[in-house]
Amino acid sequence: MRTVLHADMNNAYASIEMLHHPKLRGHPVAVGGSVEQRHGIILARNYEARPYGIRVGQALWEAREKCPGLIIVPPDYGKYLRFSRLFRGILSEYSPQVEPFGLDESWVDVTGVLWRYGSGERIADEIRARVKSELGITVSVGVSFNKVFAKLGSDMKKPDATTVITEENYRDVVWPVPASELLGVGRSTGRKLHRYGIRTIGDIARCEPALLQSWFGKWGLFLWTYANGLDASPVHETGGESVVKSVGNSTTAPRDLEDEGDCHIVFQNLAESVAERMRDLGLMARTVEISLRASDLSWCTRQRALGTPTHISTELCDTAMCLLREHYSWEKPLRGVGIRGTDLVPIGSPWQVSLFRDAGRREKLEQMEFVVDGIRHRFGHFSVSRALLMTDSKLGRLDAKAEHTIHPVGYDVPAKL
Amino acid sequence: MAVDPIDYRAYMDSDHKVYVDVNETRTRDGKLIPHSFVWEDGREYEVDGVTDVRNAASLKAGGAGVRYTVKVRNREAYMYLEEDQGVSKWFMERK
Repeated sequence: MRTVLHADMNNAYASIEMLHHPKLRGHPVAVGGSVEQRHGIILARNYEARPYGIRVGQALWEAREKCPGLIIVPPDYGKYLRFSRLFRGILSEYSPQVEPFGLDESWVDVTGVLWRYGSGERIADEIRARVKSELGITVSVGVSFNKVFAKLGSDMKKPDATTVITEENYRDVVWPVPASELLGVGRSTGRKLHRYGIRTIGDIARCEPALLQSWFGKWGLFLWTYANGLDASPVHETGGESVVKSVGNSTTAPRDLEDEGDCHIVFQNLAESVAERMRDLGLMARTVEISLRASDLSWCTRQRALGTPTHISTELCDTAMCLLREHYSWEKPLRGVGIRGTDLVPIGSPWQVSLFRDAGRREKLEQMEFVVDGIRHRFGHFSVSRALLMTDSKLGRLDAKAEHTIHPVGYDVPAKL
Repeated sequence: MAVDPIDYRAYMDSDHKVYVDVNETRTRDGKLIPHSFVWEDGREYEVDGVTDVRNAASLKAGGAGVRYTVKVRNREAYMYLEEDQGVSKWFMERK
């Protein structure tokens, strides 16, 4: 029988801050983005903050209103990455099959070492005890015979607990859980299920697969197999290193963006940072995605596949501008925008030369960007800059790479197994 | 009435974490042996022996790393090696 663990650091960012800063303990604490600026959301909160209704994703001002005593600490990703690495280091002592899901969660396939420990539960308990003593934070672990139930299990008891879901008990344990908790059920799928009268995971499991397929297409069949414990997807070996699935940057602009010209400045800026980080990682994007947040906070993302993979900032920016022109009607000004390169391939991967583009010129552009990287490494980000960025001192003067470097380990990539 | 938000910086220092200078040897088989450290009062203390090495968190000081249990003037103390991206620093716990 296959045995899969899913280990989840409880309130990871907040716990890591509380470990490092003992004076925070006992107070309601949240980690939130860009406290000094007008934007920012709650990224994590501790258990003391929970009774006040503080939730991940909340705006900082809203959180402060609910809990005036809330201590909001800015994120320190260097520290979180270190702990993420140490956490995966512990897990990889039990199995080479460790698949991270974000910085603070991982699946581990322990089937091969069961003979030494007797049961997945004992391995889970040992991992919890070790992370607690070695890293000073608590973990919840789900133990099951597939990835979907293991993840569900890790969410059931918190903090510092093991939940076992077996082939014998899953109907009693999993089926009463709300359908929205199932991996792969996002907000819109959840709403749709609700409309059809499907409330629990058991309801999905007992549904006719053909019916689910007619509602959700192929994805409906996935949900049905997940709910019935039939998910057979393997835990991927990633060699302990997290796989970068996308590189992106977004920003809330220092002032609202009124037209395409404003947007162009910010996109160019973000594109340079994204392109530079992709080059640092040795990657190129085959798809460009933009995110737009209007002044009323409504928001959308649009993406386009590229004919040729790229890490050239002007190409990223041009694609972003195309998407913007096609999909935004400027009824309201934009408050913030973002660019993301996804569908990544290593530099040097073969690509189709286009008849309609000058490949020689493209190569020159590439080389030029590497030269600019070199100058910036030696003399600082603002030592060389595009004239476009100087047309607006407020929008143009943003060192997007330094201010917004977050290693996205497939963080906002939708869960697909 | 708007209340000023709490300044997180007031909670950031630790009363119990002391980074120390350490005189150490890295042996050819990769072992790290601390010989002495300079406490915050400027006095140097000899390390008379290492009795245990393991990964551990220090809830008291606030941090995690490789914990060396050492004998100093017949008393037991912990020295933590905090490694991050190629930089290693030693810290100890203040009483």
